[in-house]
Amino acid sequence: MDTAKDALFLGVDVGSVSTNLVLVDKEGQVHEALYLRTQGRPLETVLKGMKKLAELYQNDQIQGVGTTGSARNLAAIVVGADVIKNEITAHAVAASTLVPGVRTILEIGGQDSKLIIMKDGVVTDFSMNTVCAAGTGSFLDQQASRLQIPIEDFGKLAVDAKHPVRIAGRCSVFAESDMIHKQQMGHSLEDIIGGLCEALVRNFLNNLGKGKKIEPPIVFQGGVAANIGMCKAFEKELGHVVKVPKYHKVMGAVGAALLASEAVVQRGGNSNFKGFTVAEQPFRAHSWECSDCPNLCEIIELKESESILARWGDRCGKWTNSLPAFSEVSKSVEVEATTPS
Amino acid sequence: MKITFPHMGNMDIVLKALLSELGHEVITPPPITKKTLSLGVQYSPEFACLPLKVNIGNFIEAVEKGADTVIMAGGIGPCRFGYYNQVQREILKDMGVQLNMVVLEPPDQHIGELLKRLRLITGSNSWWKLIKAIRFSYEKCLALDAIEKEASRLRCRELQRGDVDKVYRQGRKAIDQARSVKEVRKKQEEYIQAMQALPLDWHKKVVKIGMVGEIYTLLEPTASGYMEKHLGYLGAEVDRSLYLSEWVNEHLFKGLLSVKGHKETRKLAKPYLSCVVGGHGQESIGGAIEYAHKGFDGVIQVGPLTCMPEIVAQSIMPLIEKDYGLPVLTIYTDEQTGEAGLITRLEAFIDMLERKKLAIRQIDI
Repeated sequence: MDTAKDALFLGVDVGSVSTNLVLVDKEGQVHEALYLRTQGRPLETVLKGMKKLAELYQNDQIQGVGTTGSARNLAAIVVGADVIKNEITAHAVAASTLVPGVRTILEIGGQDSKLIIMKDGVVTDFSMNTVCAAGTGSFLDQQASRLQIPIEDFGKLAVDAKHPVRIAGRCSVFAESDMIHKQQMGHSLEDIIGGLCEALVRNFLNNLGKGKKIEPPIVFQGGVAANIGMCKAFEKELGHVVKVPKYHKVMGAVGAALLASEAVVQRGGNSNFKGFTVAEQPFRAHSWECSDCPNLCEIIELKESESILARWGDRCGKWTNSLPAFSEVSKSVEVEATTPS
Repeated sequence: MKITFPHMGNMDIVLKALLSELGHEVITPPPITKKTLSLGVQYSPEFACLPLKVNIGNFIEAVEKGADTVIMAGGIGPCRFGYYNQVQREILKDMGVQLNMVVLEPPDQHIGELLKRLRLITGSNSWWKLIKAIRFSYEKCLALDAIEKEASRLRCRELQRGDVDKVYRQGRKAIDQARSVKEVRKKQEEYIQAMQALPLDWHKKVVKIGMVGEIYTLLEPTASGYMEKHLGYLGAEVDRSLYLSEWVNEHLFKGLLSVKGHKETRKLAKPYLSCVVGGHGQESIGGAIEYAHKGFDGVIQVGPLTCMPEIVAQSIMPLIEKDYGLPVLTIYTDEQTGEAGLITRLEAFIDMLERKKLAIRQIDI
């Protein structure tokens, strides 16, 4: 096998709902994309993903690793990342590589949503929802399971809506009670689901779109982009075609992989990648409450067999700094890790 | 009389100096911690903004340490902070906490009014002694602002994480302990030099970020989730549009001293917001424009959730962004202490500014 040709970059995106691992080559072509459910166990899910990849690829094919998502620091320590980036940058990089010329990125994930405005391949403005659970994937999930419709069919039903009813989209609690009320009134399921999609789109644009000019080409990504109902609702509201890239579910991971390829080149070709064998290592994370001051920080400790890999969560840095310094990357991990969550 | 006061950044040292000079026993509330916040949230109305909640927490903890009198700022104008002292008085009364409240309202016309109000706590001290005490504490205020400013400027350049903050903390302590104006000035100089002597990367290309917004969240690091520190760690040089000494000079001394004021700032805001909306709404707009003039890369607006003046300013920010080509990020803070979300936004903002700068440089070549 020609390894130079097969040089790949690993991107890991650990979110609240899904954990994605992708392998991307230098040109940005996606060779492998894994979409796993996090189910509240990010550490185990990353290891599971690594195990799957280990069956298909060799360690020396991996030239660089990047992590993103809310558990990016945890994932970075486990796999040995070269770059740790926030979700917004990762999504923007992926979208501008896979859809050249993109101006607007709509992203709806499990727990948050983002609106990114780009010009000439550079982010010029963004917003991320702060206060609202309505308008996220988890809420759609919840409604789908309440109505006992598989989430995959949810969007298709919305498209069949003849007269989408108006649902209150400001708040998920209001939205749910409004939906129940509309059901009791006898509206069809399609109309209610169609109305819900429109409400979520309204919520998204009201929360994030303030003062921002949304221009085509528009890309819609994140797990919710699989929902045709949501795409149609966006198109109706914005008056433009909304593109859904093939790898819309794993764009964050693609972005992380692309950023890793940049970082590795800058550094002269060395990667911190620990190898797929990490999947066999007994990683363990546990936490305790530090009672040295009234802040009562929750300290998290990550261990590999008996050696402590990292600690974070302390506001004062006492626990974090009690470990010998790692390489450059793990230093930047510490920076973010010093913040309690 | 055992006097206490709420925390707001470095204000504790300043007020302690003032009151001690006047011969009072001072009880500084314990530093703001999770406990302070929990106490504050427990006893405050839910929709009140963060400053009120933290203040209540400070008061309760200070009373536990034996305080019986509290000095609280008042205010005029549309910002509800102006009546917080009354609300706080009632909350404490309902709780059965024994605490006298001395309210310092900014003078309407003349500095004499402030002195009159201060008379309540000045007791039998002579005017001369009072003026001397004010001068001494104000000197501390200036020195603290100076070292804090330097820390925000240099934090992004430190080679060893935490160095700058270590010196800053020592400097804060030294200024707290200084006994004369001369000593205060000496300590200020000493610690600024110590900071500059740290192993720093002077060649590092950094993005410059200006912070505007509501005074409490700007001045009190715990109220903004240590935003200045995080920005520094993420590689940004930070400047604030407001420091305590400036506010004191402008609002309490009525601009008596030649410290930078916000008259010009407000004038800049006029084309966008011509009237006072309370708090620092106008200053936020004007401050952002000032930073644009100074060539800063971006501005972060910060305020407590539901802060009306900042909401007004926020709705105007897109215009500023467009007219001056200056990216603005607005962040509201509340009781939450989970900082991961905050850091994601700050990091994305800095990434955006860096990549933008890089793109401009490439076009130049």
